[in-house]
Amino acid sequence: MGAEMTEVAQDAPATTRMNMIQAINSALEVVMARDPDVIVMGEDVGYFGGVFRATAGLQKTFGKTRVFDTPITEIGIMGVAIGMGAYGLRPVPEIQFADYIYPALDQLVSEAARLRYRSAGEFTSPITIRSPYGGGIFGGQTHSQSPEGIFTHVSGIKTVIPSTPYDAKGLLIAAIEDNDPVLFLEPKRIYNGPFNGHWDRPAENWSKHPAGEVPTGYYTLPLGRAELVREGEAVTILCYGTMVHVVAGVVAEAGVDAEIIDLRTLVPLDIETIEASVKKTGRCMIVHEATRTSGFGAELSALVQERCFYHLEAPIERVTGFDTPYPHSLEWAYFPGPVRIGQALKKILKD
Amino acid sequence: MAGVPSRANLPPLTLHVPEPKFRPGDPVDFAEVDVPPAGSARRPDTAEDARNFTDLAYTLVRVLDDEGRAVGPWDPKLSADQLRRMLRAMVTLRAFDDRMFRAQRQGKTSFYMKATGEEAVAVPQAFALDRDDMCFPSYRQQGLLIARGYPLVEMMNQIYSNKGDKLQGKQLPIMYSAKDYGFFSISGNLATQFPQAVGWAMASAAKGDTRIAATWCGEGSTAEGDFHSACTFAAVYRAPCILNVVNNQWAISSFSGFAGAEATTFAARAVGYGIAGLRVDGNDALAVYAATQWAAERARTNQGPTLIEHFTYRAEGHSTSDDPSQYRSAGEPNAWPLGDPLKRLKDHLILLGEWDEERDAAQDKEVAEQVRAAQREAEKNGILGHGLHQPLDTLFEGVFEDMPWHLKEQQAQMLAEEEASGRPWARK
Repeated sequence: MGAEMTEVAQDAPATTRMNMIQAINSALEVVMARDPDVIVMGEDVGYFGGVFRATAGLQKTFGKTRVFDTPITEIGIMGVAIGMGAYGLRPVPEIQFADYIYPALDQLVSEAARLRYRSAGEFTSPITIRSPYGGGIFGGQTHSQSPEGIFTHVSGIKTVIPSTPYDAKGLLIAAIEDNDPVLFLEPKRIYNGPFNGHWDRPAENWSKHPAGEVPTGYYTLPLGRAELVREGEAVTILCYGTMVHVVAGVVAEAGVDAEIIDLRTLVPLDIETIEASVKKTGRCMIVHEATRTSGFGAELSALVQERCFYHLEAPIERVTGFDTPYPHSLEWAYFPGPVRIGQALKKILKD
Repeated sequence: MAGVPSRANLPPLTLHVPEPKFRPGDPVDFAEVDVPPAGSARRPDTAEDARNFTDLAYTLVRVLDDEGRAVGPWDPKLSADQLRRMLRAMVTLRAFDDRMFRAQRQGKTSFYMKATGEEAVAVPQAFALDRDDMCFPSYRQQGLLIARGYPLVEMMNQIYSNKGDKLQGKQLPIMYSAKDYGFFSISGNLATQFPQAVGWAMASAAKGDTRIAATWCGEGSTAEGDFHSACTFAAVYRAPCILNVVNNQWAISSFSGFAGAEATTFAARAVGYGIAGLRVDGNDALAVYAATQWAAERARTNQGPTLIEHFTYRAEGHSTSDDPSQYRSAGEPNAWPLGDPLKRLKDHLILLGEWDEERDAAQDKEVAEQVRAAQREAEKNGILGHGLHQPLDTLFEGVFEDMPWHLKEQQAQMLAEEEASGRPWARK
């Protein structure tokens, strides 16, 4: 992971253990201290510090004009952030759950994403929208969705999804410093620890994971660069967010020599890493928690087919959530867990 | 089951679907439009609590009376020079609109939108605002650009999407963007600019700046969620901004009743949000100027936002793609009880002895020639559909600050496609 770091503050007291929430909080604190134009806004983010505590302490440190609660209107939060960006600020609005981003869709898709283009660069939207996403927390239909595929379909928005505390901090700082709108989706199932998909086993925290060791100071990870989580020869597995850990768990248990690629940024996509890996292994499996039809996996599958067709030894395999609303009581039946992934792995290796 | 009353002992419910007073062929009489006498509305101090003048959301602030006199507490007492400059900008706007409407009909561009009958909204407001106050317009506030001296040739270049178009032909005609003139990029989506203006104003306040924001939407798009989110944000943070609702009675073919006008005024939306609200004779340049100046002073002194309803009339079609004779009476524009905004300002100047018909006719001629000259100049840069005005590569510029690989790939594909097509405009 150290090789990925593009800049490390010289006087930073090295590293400390953080979970993903602490890493996000640290990123916000570091970047706000460096740039007075960065502001944080959203429902419950101010005095209370966010329902997941990601903005805890920021209002106390930076004051109410830089960290403030907002009315419960996502379209307003997004529209106001765009106006602040046009003024010259660098807003970091929080949408409390990704499930609540739909009211803001028009402002995000038709405004933030197109402002640079339609004004030929006169106005831009240097906004980073943070939003917890994904299930596995008994959040039911409205606190569990993975809407990334809606946004990767839109030109002009970058979509970033970290899978570790270390990545979360470095990617979030890079996203905030980026001059284009970035949707930063935080896999909330792994806020507190990596999750191998075995919901019936004791939860882990980040204390033993190498990427739970996070620099306290400033560093960035470049957007558009995937991470090779595990090198292997048998099959390439493309995944992101929570599923990186679920996949890693399945691969370890099955003893398969799989190459696991954590995409980290969906747009722009690190196609070189994907292409090189699939050409090497000859097999490609795609895993995401979102619903299947027209999901980002479909795009990945098409890209791999277009670029690696003559290297493929088996059909591309997609492992996804089902095309149903995210259920409450049956969430583990929906979730693409170890069994579904394990079966797909057997299938793609047999073909 | 549909259509079968479930409880026969109760009266059946009825659904109210609004219907405008007049349809094509109907004689028009606007006697029911309440027009209070000029000068009758009071003018509160700009530091007054918004709760103390909610009555102003239900009347009309009017300055120019039927004889062309400026009367009452809202008379902004402008100098004759200021009045003449304002008149000239309004005349220029109308001449520009006529010219560009004709250009569209001649096939020189795809689309145009006139502000005919609404010239007293944007133009006087531009005069009342500071030059560096930020405007977030809808699509009918080209008067702001004209009043701020934006070159007519630049506007026309944009309308023609020609090689002089600073927006590289990327936006629909009239969706200007002019940052240096305090004019935000027009979207084309309705009311999205409302929360954006509030955000800009909040940022200005957060930074201890002195500039304020102003934004415009039509009465029809006050129904959008963006409008209400903007009002909530503006109220909550006392954002230094002016929220303008241009009530021109028609949203394409839907009369104002479909935005709620049968029940209350649009200025009254302010009352619910607890922000200052004014309802203004939108065809009265002096009333619009005075209301804007008053609202700007409130904003600049941290009294928060003001919502202004400009009560006016869209004298022509929604756009060049619209034919109002299909849905409203042709008699409406002439019967509108608030008159022609240009004529009212002109009559006032003549009454003051500061203007006369000869000078007016000479100005009309001069302005028409100025617009024609600008058009000749702009057309040297080309007109829409006649050749390629932008290098093909620009199609992919500005999606992101830096072009990612997938756009580079698609750009290369497009260029190869152009080579293969054998079309005359292969890459320039």
